[in-house]
Amino acid sequence: MRCADKMWKDLFKAKPRYVTVKHPRETGLRPEQAERKELPDGLWVKCGSCRQIIYHKDLESHLKVCPKCGYHMRLTAGERIAQLFDAGSVEEFDSGLTSRNPLSFPDYDQKLQNAREKTGLNEGVITGTATVEGNPCTFAVMDFGFMGGSMGSVVGEKVSRAFEYAAEHHRPIVVVSAGGGGARMQEGILSLMQMAKTCQALNRLHAQGILYISVLTDPTMGGVFASFASLGDVVIAEPGALIGFAGPRVIQQTIRQTLPPGFQRAEFLLEHGIIDLIVNRKKLRETVAYLLRFHRKEGGTVRG
Amino acid sequence: MGNHNNFIMEFERPLLELERQIKEIKIFAAEKDIDMSEEISRLEQKKEALREKIYRELTPWQKVQIARHPKRPTFLEFVEMIFSDFLELHGDRLYRDDPAMVGGLAYLEGIPVTVVGQQKGRDTKENIYRNFGMPHPEGYRKALRLMKQAAKFKRPIISMIDVVGAYPGIEAEERGQGEAVARSIMEMAALETPIIVVITGEGGSGGALGIGVGDRILMLEHAYYSVISPEGCASILWKDASKAPQAVEALRVTAEDLMKFQVIDEIIPEPLGGAHRDPNKTAEAIKEALLRNLTSLMEIPPERLKEERYNKYRKIGIFNE
Repeated sequence: MRCADKMWKDLFKAKPRYVTVKHPRETGLRPEQAERKELPDGLWVKCGSCRQIIYHKDLESHLKVCPKCGYHMRLTAGERIAQLFDAGSVEEFDSGLTSRNPLSFPDYDQKLQNAREKTGLNEGVITGTATVEGNPCTFAVMDFGFMGGSMGSVVGEKVSRAFEYAAEHHRPIVVVSAGGGGARMQEGILSLMQMAKTCQALNRLHAQGILYISVLTDPTMGGVFASFASLGDVVIAEPGALIGFAGPRVIQQTIRQTLPPGFQRAEFLLEHGIIDLIVNRKKLRETVAYLLRFHRKEGGTVRG
Repeated sequence: MGNHNNFIMEFERPLLELERQIKEIKIFAAEKDIDMSEEISRLEQKKEALREKIYRELTPWQKVQIARHPKRPTFLEFVEMIFSDFLELHGDRLYRDDPAMVGGLAYLEGIPVTVVGQQKGRDTKENIYRNFGMPHPEGYRKALRLMKQAAKFKRPIISMIDVVGAYPGIEAEERGQGEAVARSIMEMAALETPIIVVITGEGGSGGALGIGVGDRILMLEHAYYSVISPEGCASILWKDASKAPQAVEALRVTAEDLMKFQVIDEIIPEPLGGAHRDPNKTAEAIKEALLRNLTSLMEIPPERLKEERYNKYRKIGIFNE
């Protein structure tokens, strides 16, 4: 009896041994970062898309892509860098740049503080140099966890400096965008101007004949998409990523119609000719390496 | 015109009340055939003093209301008053002609220039045709096409901004609204010809910046320029779009704020009561500023102009190193 009681109790009251990762489509129009839960040892993760329960170490080895249905969960900038670049090749730029509150915007200081604590980062983008399968590149990797990957003065400055470095040192650049928040509202017009600042640096890079690979990940919206993110020589997106100019909620409120299924997803953008290709995360590293190798000045041809 | 004639800005109500009183006294005086000119002139003076006081102490939200006033002069009206021999050129050569974005050739006091700008409608019918001045991607692509043409002929560009935002719609996304805005921003940065931007009304985020990169950024006194619409900001911050007046304070969107952040170069004064009270006087002030700035810009060699434009935007941003 006692044993059975305990069993029943366990069944109903014990803490679940897994965390539920909600699929963005279930969480409404603007996906919350449901998949970005901490995964301590021994936890199981439930895929939000197909509900498969996955051992977290398996998930890590699958680069946080559901092994059953292929759903791509969001990565932190650190995870992305570890996946994409050669171990030991990363040198970071400008990690000490931090935001101020130039408008004295309500609660901005607190939000920055929270974001720093949550991500362990000073700001929403990591920039630097690295290699991919031995091919040198400059990089900028955004972190959605830092205020939605939004672009304020620091993100704009770091991305601009990365473009300038790439142009000056003739070192191609890979930018992984995850700017769901677009231009950061809390820095007002200064954030909007970062779009101009990054784009003009990018213009110089293009004029110098330097390769720019733009990788769009879930989500890349607003002022990030409407500036450097959409202007790559090659624009790659991860499967299912939400990408667009206006947020789906704003569009829905404007047109007062239901949005078609798959609207503003990577597949929709590919169909409409906005991006070059969709690359599964497992193939991203080799695709980026291919592009870097292909554009290397000394080696235009592939040798057996 | 419909209800546009009856459009009332709340903060002007005390003025309207005085106007009503004056009118009543005039009628009364005429009916009874008595001289009340002294009383009338006293009230007129009071009215003007009140107007001055109101306009001296405008809040940011009141400025937004003036910038959105349905009778505020639109792009084509300004073109008519400022330039001569305007010839509109149409189309992006890719998809269609976007009536929300207008561009073409004109003379500014005899100087050939290219002008572009968003076009709002003056009544409901025209607003529907102009999509309330909210361009689709083809609008930005048309503007960029015309600006590149200007650069080819070393012709200065005058860009006039009055837009609530680039259109948020399904087709706009399908045709790459983000890319169209981004490309225009990127290419404007390097056009080898002088660019003067005038924010005449609403400076709505990316939809404004999409034709807003230049050597001189001028702004009408009561125009506003913001990273996000006040309503959008309020609904994100407080889940309540009706708190737009508070949001607009926080966002710092007035010409004065933007001067402080070195985002704009000059504030063009408006007639008392706003541009719509005296469009001609407003246009004259814009024309004077355009000519003055253009004269100095035209002396700078294109290469240096490009360099200076780069440095201008390169500096924008406030952070700790």
